[in-house]
Amino acid sequence: MTIAVLVLYFAVLLGIGAFAQRLFRGTGEDFFAASRSLGPFVLLMAIFGTHMTAFSILGASAEAYKRGIGVFSLMASSSAIVVPLLLLYVAPKVWALGRDFGFTTQAQYFRARFASDKLGLLLFVVLTLLLLPYLLVSVMGGGITFAKISGGALSPAAGSAILCAVVLTYVSTGGMRGTAWANTFQAVMFTSLGAVALFTIAGDWGGLAEAFGALGAQKPELLGRQDTIAPAELATYTLIPLSAGMFPHLFMQWLAAEKPGHFRVSSTFYPLCLVLVWLPSIALGALAHLDFPGLKGPAIAGVFLELIDRHFGDLMVGLITAGVLAAVMSLDSQVLAASNMFTNDLVRHYGYHDRLSEKQLVLLGRAFVIGIVALCWVASLFLKPTLFAIAVWSFTGFAGLLPTLVAALFWKRATAAGIAASTLTVLVLLGFYLSSAASPERGLPGLGVLPVAIVMAAAGLVLVVVSLLTSPPEKAVLEKFFPR
Amino acid sequence: MRRLVLVLLVAAFLLLRLDFWWADEARLVAGLPVSLLYHAFYCVAAAAVAWLLGRYAWQEPEGRP
Repeated sequence: MTIAVLVLYFAVLLGIGAFAQRLFRGTGEDFFAASRSLGPFVLLMAIFGTHMTAFSILGASAEAYKRGIGVFSLMASSSAIVVPLLLLYVAPKVWALGRDFGFTTQAQYFRARFASDKLGLLLFVVLTLLLLPYLLVSVMGGGITFAKISGGALSPAAGSAILCAVVLTYVSTGGMRGTAWANTFQAVMFTSLGAVALFTIAGDWGGLAEAFGALGAQKPELLGRQDTIAPAELATYTLIPLSAGMFPHLFMQWLAAEKPGHFRVSSTFYPLCLVLVWLPSIALGALAHLDFPGLKGPAIAGVFLELIDRHFGDLMVGLITAGVLAAVMSLDSQVLAASNMFTNDLVRHYGYHDRLSEKQLVLLGRAFVIGIVALCWVASLFLKPTLFAIAVWSFTGFAGLLPTLVAALFWKRATAAGIAASTLTVLVLLGFYLSSAASPERGLPGLGVLPVAIVMAAAGLVLVVVSLLTSPPEKAVLEKFFPR
Repeated sequence: MRRLVLVLLVAAFLLLRLDFWWADEARLVAGLPVSLLYHAFYCVAAAAVAWLLGRYAWQEPEGRP
C-alpha cells in the first residue's frame, strides 16, 4: 500500500509536468519564468515549497533529537521574520528588473548593472558551486527516505537515483510553470500532514503534555536551550535565512510573480506555513527519544521516518512519506535554476546558441543538469556529514553573497571590483572554515558565533572599501538602473 | 515618523527572538515546552508584523520611464 501511494504521488507529479508542457509558449521566458504569471497562492506555495527541503523535516527532526526543542528557535523563528523582510523589500525590486530588462538569472543582472562580463562569469561559477551542497541535501534526503520505506530493499543510492530521475523528468517537461505547480502540490502535502503526524503520534503516548513530561523526566536538557545552544549562536543564526535572498532558484521564482503586490501576501502567510512544518518536525524529533533512545550517528538521520513507520498503518505511512518526499523534492527548483544559469549565463551569453541548433541546445542544457545531479548523487555515496551541517554551510555562502545584491540594488557607488572582491572574500572564508574546526551549525569553537556572521561582515566591509577605492560606475549605467 | 516607528518595531521584534529568559526553562504550557510555544507564537506575530509592513511601509516598484 505504501509503495502504491508513492507511485500515485510520482504519477501526479509527472502529470503536472506533462500538463504544464501543454501550456508551454515556446519561449525561454515562458520556460524559465512562466511568462511572469504566478498568482498569489501559487507564488506563496512555490516559494515556501522550494525553501523547505529535506533540511526542514529530516534534518530538523534529527537535529532536534540531538539538541532538543531549541532548534526551532534557531531556524524557524529567524526565518519567520527575515524571509518576509526579503519578500517585501528585495523580491519586488528583483521582479521589476525582470519586467524592465528581461533578466532571468542573477549573473545577467550583475553583468548589466556593473557593465562587467567577468563579474557575470564569476557569479555563475560561485553560485553553481554553492548550489551543489544544497542539491546534495535533497539527493541524500531522498536516499534516506527510500531506504527506510523499502525496509532496506532499496539502497540509499538507488533511492536517490529514482528521486533524481522523477525530478529531472517533470522539470524538463514542465519548466517553471510545472515546477511551481509541483511545489504548490508538494507544499500543501507536507504542510497539512505534519500536524496529523504530531497529534496522532503524541496521542499514542497519551497526549502532548504527557509525552513532553516523559521526555523531561528522561532528558530535561532537551526541553530548554541552556545546555545545547549558546546565546551567540542563537543571535547569529538570525543571519542564516538571509541566504534566501541569493538562492538562484528563489530569484527565478520571484521573477515569475504576476504582480509585485503578491509578495505582500507571501510575506504574511510565510511565517504561518513555517509553524505548520517546523513545529511537528522539531517536536517529533525531540520526542523520538521515547521510542528510540540512544540512537547514534547516521541512525539519527531517519528518526522522523522511524516514528512514522512505528505509529501509522500502510496508507498513512505512504501519505506522510510522500509528504516528506515532497519537501525533499525541492530539488526541482534547484535543478531548473541550474539549467537556466547554464543556458542563459554561458550558452546564450557567449553566443553558442548561434552555432547550435535548438535541439542541440536543449540536449546540452539537459546534459549539464544531468551532470550536476549525477555529481551530487556520486558525492552522496561518499560524504557522510549530516543534512543539517551541509545545508548550513551552503546557507552561509549564499548569505555571505547577500551584501552584493543589496549593494547592487540600493547603492549607486558600488563597483564591479567591490562586488568581485566581496564574492572572493566569501569563497576564501568558506574554504578556511571548511578546513578548520569550525562547525557551521555550532559556531566557532569557544564562542558560539556562527561563521556566517564573520563571512557577512567581512564580505560587506570588503565591498564598501574596495568600491570606495575604485572609480565610480559610469553615469549611463547608473541612469539605466536608477532612473530618478 | 511612521517609517521610524516601523524600523524600531522590526528591531525590537528581532530582539524578542532572543528569549534568554526561558533558556533554562523546561516548564510545559498547553502541553508544549514554554520556549517552543513562545517561538511558535513568535512566528504568528511575525506574520502580523509582515502584514503591518506590507500595509504601511511598502511601495510598488516603479517602472522605467
